[in-house]
Amino acid sequence: MSGRNFWIGAVAVLVLGVGLPLAPVINEYFFYAGYMVLTFVVLATAWNILGGYAGYVNFGPPAFFGVGAYAAVLLFKWVQAPLAAQIAGGAAIAGLLGFGVGLLTLRLRGIFFAIATVAVVFIMETLMINWRYVGGATGLQLLRPPVELFDSYTRMLFAVMALMSVAAVSIARYIQVSWIGRGLRALRDSEEAAESSGVPTLKLKLFACTVSGALMGAAGAPMPMYLSFIEPASTFNLSYTIGALGSAIIGGMSHWLGPIVGAILLGTLQQVVTVTISSEMNVLVVGVLLVLFVVAAPEGIVGLFKRIFKK
Amino acid sequence: MNPLLKIQNVSKTFGGFVALSSVSLEIAQGERFGLIGPNGSGKTTLISCVSGALRNESGSIVFDGEEVSRLAAYQRTRRGIARSFQIPRPFRSMSVLENLMVPLEYVVHKGSLHVSDTRSEALVLLKQMGLGGKAETPSHQLSQVELRKLELARAMAARPRLLISDEAMAGLSGSEVEEVLKILFDLNARGITIIMIEHIMQAVMRFSQRVVCLDAGKIICEGTPAEIMKHAEVQRAYLGA
Repeated sequence: MSGRNFWIGAVAVLVLGVGLPLAPVINEYFFYAGYMVLTFVVLATAWNILGGYAGYVNFGPPAFFGVGAYAAVLLFKWVQAPLAAQIAGGAAIAGLLGFGVGLLTLRLRGIFFAIATVAVVFIMETLMINWRYVGGATGLQLLRPPVELFDSYTRMLFAVMALMSVAAVSIARYIQVSWIGRGLRALRDSEEAAESSGVPTLKLKLFACTVSGALMGAAGAPMPMYLSFIEPASTFNLSYTIGALGSAIIGGMSHWLGPIVGAILLGTLQQVVTVTISSEMNVLVVGVLLVLFVVAAPEGIVGLFKRIFKK
Repeated sequence: MNPLLKIQNVSKTFGGFVALSSVSLEIAQGERFGLIGPNGSGKTTLISCVSGALRNESGSIVFDGEEVSRLAAYQRTRRGIARSFQIPRPFRSMSVLENLMVPLEYVVHKGSLHVSDTRSEALVLLKQMGLGGKAETPSHQLSQVELRKLELARAMAARPRLLISDEAMAGLSGSEVEEVLKILFDLNARGITIIMIEHIMQAVMRFSQRVVCLDAGKIICEGTPAEIMKHAEVQRAYLGA
């Protein structure tokens, strides 16, 4: 997709994302469910920067997502920070966490790196369980502030998440098509050859880990207000890993479009299954789809289309 | 005149195995230098220490007057040391052209050049290497000789002053060896210092102005190709005579 077409599409999504919640005729549930789908667009896009472009499979999205959420709660409880400040704070803290985790773990590869990122989730969860100020193990109820312009807080959050989705995808696309993305792909293919080609592999991986972490933190920041509640077990739930990773794999990891396609497909399907069958079936749906795609189309939907149209 | 590369007392061990033991040598600017030795003699370890893929435990490596032993591999590439790999390591997810764009963007232009300019520079290099018609081909679809040429082209895209060619002719037919040799001669004629590591003796002896033979991590002799061929230690190392 050319740069011009991308920006036309981005503006169209923004207009829809902000315009739809302003239309009072649409059912509130659409925005409630849509918010979660868009959250997974941001999460999967963020995950793909490190996992897809650089090939470092990160099982730690709940850590970054959760830290973003708790940073938002902290800012809200402390100084009654507005949502924009909560999101900025969540992104900054999660970005810092990404940088720190990267420094400690990016010399590991493959399964060792993946396991290290799982450990980060448990460490962050344990920290929050023992921090009384933000609710500890029992959690914290939050009172949503009044909202202007939109009919409800959920509608406003939908618009905010649409804006964040466009921002996250724009960042991911820039990284992919620029020299940064080519460097990340080079180190994914062969770190030694990349270094010999002048690519500062550790710096690039740190950059990817920081940006990826910051975007996941930004995605997590509005969550406490969305639920009007926060507690560690659901905030640091590994289902966020499955959702982010599954969306990127199903949509395709080699292109910025992949995580969007995967997240919309998977997120929508999960919402439909939750309403029509049961919420427990969600994980089964993701599992079946993952197995299907890994076996039949490991390059994901975007890769599959590319292959078909090349013939 | 100061040497371009000066290696002094470089040692490297892997656990209890001594891969290099106090190796010292100098290579002059513009020289065609051959490095030979039987399997396991330490050739690849030595050039990996020079290129930065491995860290030497003792000794010094001075390139163009600067101590580079503690620099990361990418920093050495940016200073002018480039290498090709014994087993080709193309960036498999990229086209042939994109493989060359990586060093062009990271070494030559450091992210400042427009993509279209980098592409045109990469195309010129590919033509020089006889890969002009393969620019858009996915690199994993190349033949063995094309992969070898791609390795050299990618190393050249970093605009090196010292090119280390690690068995660039392994597994090639006679005519393909000639093709690669011609490329290396041409590069040297443009002023690039070349270290050739090769098992094909005819190629090394034809190409090199000076040859060093390693055995069990030590230099056993050094001289012109003719001197090396007659050397008793070399014959013993290779033939066990």
